[in-house]
Amino acid sequence: MALSELFTDYTLRTVALGSIFLGIVSGTLGTYAVLRKQSLIGDMVSHAALPGICLSFLIIGSKNTEWLLLGAFLAGWIATIIINIIHTHSKIKYDSALGTVLAVFFGFGLVLLTYIQKIPNANQAGLENFLFGQVSTILQRDVIFMGIVAVFTILPVILFWKEFKLLSFDHDFAAIIGFSTNKLDLLLTTLMVIAVIAGLQSVGVVLMSAMLIAPAVSARQWTDKLSVMIVLSSIFGAVSGVVGTLISSSIPKMPTGPIIVVVVTIIAFISMLFAPNRGLIWKKVRDYYNKKELSTHMVLNNLYILAKNHEDPFHPHDLETICLYNNGLRLSKRMMKKELNKLKISGLAKEYEEGNWAITPEGFKKMEEIHFEGGGDME
Amino acid sequence: MNPQLEIQTIAILVAISCSLSGVFLILRQMAMMADAISHTILLGIVLAFFVIQDLSSPLLIIGAAIMGTITVFLVETINKTKLVNEDAAIGLIFPFLFSLGIILVTLYAGSIHLDVDAVLLGELAFAPFNRLIINGVDIGPKSLYIMLVILILNILYIALFYKELKLSTFDIGLAATLGFSPVFIHYSLMSLVSITSVAAFDAVGAILVLAFMVGPPTIAYLVTDNLTKMIWLSVLFGIISAISGYWVATWFDVTIAGTMATMVGILFAIVFIFIPERGLIATMHSKKEQKYEFALISLLMHIINHQGTPREIEELGIDTIKNHLYWEEKFTEEIIDRVLDKNYAYIEDNILKISEEGKKFALSNYYHIVDLD
Repeated sequence: MALSELFTDYTLRTVALGSIFLGIVSGTLGTYAVLRKQSLIGDMVSHAALPGICLSFLIIGSKNTEWLLLGAFLAGWIATIIINIIHTHSKIKYDSALGTVLAVFFGFGLVLLTYIQKIPNANQAGLENFLFGQVSTILQRDVIFMGIVAVFTILPVILFWKEFKLLSFDHDFAAIIGFSTNKLDLLLTTLMVIAVIAGLQSVGVVLMSAMLIAPAVSARQWTDKLSVMIVLSSIFGAVSGVVGTLISSSIPKMPTGPIIVVVVTIIAFISMLFAPNRGLIWKKVRDYYNKKELSTHMVLNNLYILAKNHEDPFHPHDLETICLYNNGLRLSKRMMKKELNKLKISGLAKEYEEGNWAITPEGFKKMEEIHFEGGGDME
Repeated sequence: MNPQLEIQTIAILVAISCSLSGVFLILRQMAMMADAISHTILLGIVLAFFVIQDLSSPLLIIGAAIMGTITVFLVETINKTKLVNEDAAIGLIFPFLFSLGIILVTLYAGSIHLDVDAVLLGELAFAPFNRLIINGVDIGPKSLYIMLVILILNILYIALFYKELKLSTFDIGLAATLGFSPVFIHYSLMSLVSITSVAAFDAVGAILVLAFMVGPPTIAYLVTDNLTKMIWLSVLFGIISAISGYWVATWFDVTIAGTMATMVGILFAIVFIFIPERGLIATMHSKKEQKYEFALISLLMHIINHQGTPREIEELGIDTIKNHLYWEEKFTEEIIDRVLDKNYAYIEDNILKISEEGKKFALSNYYHIVDLD
């Protein structure tokens, strides 16, 4: 599968375009979901949509996509409102409320589904597929739909940029300085529900919860700035959509949705390992260097203490004596010698005959400065 | 036993087992871990199937349970890096493992019948078809016995480790200081949750497992602050939803599992709204009462502050007082009515005047608030 086919193959182009729109929408709103510790809202909403889909089918009597989506949106929206009410008016924790509402809504959806399956109406076949979605069946009109959703969800985010930012990072402060946090909360949650429902139909329940979380988690590792995080998150979402589509079209029988989830999760793992500053490997390397620098400083400190306790500050001492002041730092003599040599190279310590060592005036001055800055003195 | 009774017995066994481990799950704020586990065990079943090559083998359950524990381990590992929040860690791991499961099924197991929908949705109505036959004698449905074993396991675990569970749930630091291993309790509990979900899931489907694990304990949590009572109540609520769910489902001829989950929701709604003192109505009412009480005292203090001053007519006049309290007109009228009703104040020449009684009431509350003596 060559990359150029992405631009020539019609079906592939449609799917890729759809994935890009999906990536942008879920990347942007996923960022807020992750920052506000509401990551699992996607999972909840996508399950809670089922009764809405069924009820809307029961009322309309046909599988008209727009109406089904509207029903799904309303059900998901009501579910989030209920969770909010439970959370604010009782001692029940957010996750318990989330789990209960998810299970109950989905269970009720199944009740309706089995009820629908009994009424003699040929239309009902495949209603549940609506919930489990199939990326490879994305049509051009889905792409246009996703594009419209993208515009209508991104626009409010831009308009309410500073409000949403404040809401996500310091909710109490936002309330104190007079923003109506209830309304803003509602708006942001509504946008999240729209994003989830819009993606649901094309990619299904499980992919949708991954698309909300994984790109945002990846982006979080690379930056501490909200705007950059949103852009990165959208890019990660879009890229994994396209890469997943390419993989599934080059390997026979490979399902598109799940492979996108795998790709997007791998991006998250890579980010958590390798991202500068926050990444695990970066942290390990930094810890290693910090530790090394610290132990060199500690040895210099030993020399400094010895110097302060002698009439002649630059009187040389042997290794055993220097090792006595271990400061919780248990260095072997070999390691101690290594550290001393390092100090010698930077001119902070001097080696005398028979392996005796002393601090140099430069080293003494440096330690005085360090102790002065630290506000104490090691007498 | 007739099938009706068998289904209800299985449902009750599932309800009790799930409620028991669910209590500790929601107290530890890990409700969504049950949701995660119920998804990832698919991968466990698929992998175990590749090894065993037999879809009816009980070893599949063990494979699935191991995958449940692996899920917990992976989430914990990601948590420990502190790079993501716990909820995001759960949401990162379970779609990933679930997707791997689906990919494996579609790529390699296309010929065998492993219906993903059936695994996730489950149908209790079919449980009696799968019989346990020993020496040619039919002794009842298989899932009945499996769930019985699981229930005994749950009861044994909680009875044996009750003290440790309680301590590590409510004060993890103290538990560690006293020498109990919170890690051991955590993983053993999560393994129990995992085994319970897998077994229950085989009988009733993933959604009912989640509904029974999180629902009844959450309702019980609303009712009581006592752990022992919470356990008994959540068992009770589980049984009520199971039995009522069964009968409603038969009445309307719809899915049994789904109806039971719906009954959990209805039970929750009733308790949440109507329970005295903590219910929605009670808290709304007491919040409103507090608001009125506070306004009443504010009004009395306003009168005390301005009574006898030159601006008395303006500040305390019946027609002008609303301009100084900055309240909505209707609310102001209501509060004035209340004050008059209680004889805390009276009207003289169209001016509000405080009574001795009102003065005493307001000042006692004032000292109560500011703690002056």
